[in-house]
Amino acid sequence: MNIAIALPEIFLTIAICLSLLIEPFLPTDKRRLISYLLIQTCLIITTLLVINTFPADKAWGLNNLYVRDDLGSLLKISILLVTMLAFVYARQYLQEKGLWKNEFFILILFSVLGMLVIASANHLLLIYLGLELLALALYALVAFSRDDSRATEAAMKYFVLGAIASGMLLYGISILYGITRGQLELSAIASYLSTQEVLNNIPLLFALVFIVGGIAFKFGTVPFHMWAPDVYQGAPTAVTLFLASVPKLAAFAMLMRVLGESLGAAQSGWSQLLLVMGLLSVTVGNLLAIAQFNLKRMFAYSTIAHMGFVLLAAMTGTLEGYSAGLFYTIIYALTSVGSFAILILLSHQGLDAETLNDLKGLNERHPWYAFLMLLLLFSMAGIPPMVGFYAKFSVIQAMLNTGYLWPAVFVVLMSVVGEFYYLRAIKMMYFDQPEKHPPQITYPMDFQIALTANGLLVLFLGLLPTGLIELCTQALVASLP
Amino acid sequence: MISLSNYLVIGALLFSISIAGMFLNRKNILILLMCIELMLLAVNMNFIAFSYYLGDLAGQVFVFFILTVAAAETAIGLAILVLVFRNRRTINVQDLDSLKG
Repeated sequence: MNIAIALPEIFLTIAICLSLLIEPFLPTDKRRLISYLLIQTCLIITTLLVINTFPADKAWGLNNLYVRDDLGSLLKISILLVTMLAFVYARQYLQEKGLWKNEFFILILFSVLGMLVIASANHLLLIYLGLELLALALYALVAFSRDDSRATEAAMKYFVLGAIASGMLLYGISILYGITRGQLELSAIASYLSTQEVLNNIPLLFALVFIVGGIAFKFGTVPFHMWAPDVYQGAPTAVTLFLASVPKLAAFAMLMRVLGESLGAAQSGWSQLLLVMGLLSVTVGNLLAIAQFNLKRMFAYSTIAHMGFVLLAAMTGTLEGYSAGLFYTIIYALTSVGSFAILILLSHQGLDAETLNDLKGLNERHPWYAFLMLLLLFSMAGIPPMVGFYAKFSVIQAMLNTGYLWPAVFVVLMSVVGEFYYLRAIKMMYFDQPEKHPPQITYPMDFQIALTANGLLVLFLGLLPTGLIELCTQALVASLP
Repeated sequence: MISLSNYLVIGALLFSISIAGMFLNRKNILILLMCIELMLLAVNMNFIAFSYYLGDLAGQVFVFFILTVAAAETAIGLAILVLVFRNRRTINVQDLDSLKG
């Protein structure tokens, strides 16, 4: 059985249940602080349990349902660390908005648990259950601000489209189950398909279309992107912060597990799908982001463009491409959590900072925060020496090395178009005068330290990117068959 | 003797009906929830048919999990539906249009 292989997940499950139980018995005056610290401690211990077995040899457990390898561990560590950052950023916002409930943290922890399960699943059933645990918690989180009619509308849209996506994924899985004569284990599917003719296997391609569709929804890439702008805008900023960053890591884990490992033999089939979706996402994301006046919507479209890059990296089907995709996803999560933290910073009592106008004159009021935002936006735009440049560079290099010259040229052109809306935001921060004078911002020390570290990390990793790139490559070398 | 392909055709039909229902329906969110259920049942039909004809029990176990998760999913969907109704006094699909752009 080898239960120890799932130790971090088992610990996290028990910790979530216990913290739900303990919370009502805490002293009323210090309840918030204690439960917050308790939950952060749970995350830290889970992270340490994962780090404890990283790097390690690939191992299977729980009747081959579960696998522990370096790819999964690296993704888990990033998921847990970014979640901790998200909690630090969300704390003050929740208190000011009157949204502070212990359930906010509990729901996020449940979705993190779902992501951890996806990251080390070796069975299609576990992929599905992890995905649903992640998704159901997120639907509830989007509707967290119950009396806000925009938030509930966003939750309804997210729920309906998410349910369609998981239905499509399941339909693909059911066809795959039939084609492979009853295999559901990812490694067993891989070894079955390696003995079969896959190029002209129409049922297999049919199943692939549905499975890729389900995965693309989690990434939010064209044509499954319609939910992203509405949900980003409607959800409370503290939820958007989490929603925009961490689940993308889980989506990448799903992509690697299902397409990279188990359907690797059918790479020629799914790489065409990913190529088309990736190019469309980069185009649609960058062009529509220009037309946005709402910052959250602008970030949503920019996310669509970024996820297009990840699909293009994975499309190449080479170790170099996978490693570029992994690097890109981790960097994207780090950058987007930071830029949403700036949005949280700019919101004040009763009013969310949402439009580009809220950025005006940020430099005069808070030069340091404006500088951090500058670093994060430069990184998203892909301007050296920020780390976003290396992420984009490695994706394009992987595409060129596999012979996709024209798609690569097109992607570069589209990123240049995308430059425009990032630079417009920077121009507003530095050169425009605010229309009315917003109140001075005061935030607790932990928020300021985390935000500063986050912004400087983007710069630091950009100056010395080799460490993280090598870590990604080594994790993939150790994990791929 | 009913062959495997007959069951698969029924599964595909149910799946198509549920997709068509979602895109043609412009009236009521409840119908969307029903279409989602139908979609999952179409998948269950596929799984059980394959499971029976391949003589492999894993597919039927998968169906139990899908049924359970579908129940949880609908519970959350209905909860959100109640919130939408409380905030807007309508569950018409066309009225969900305050987020645009």
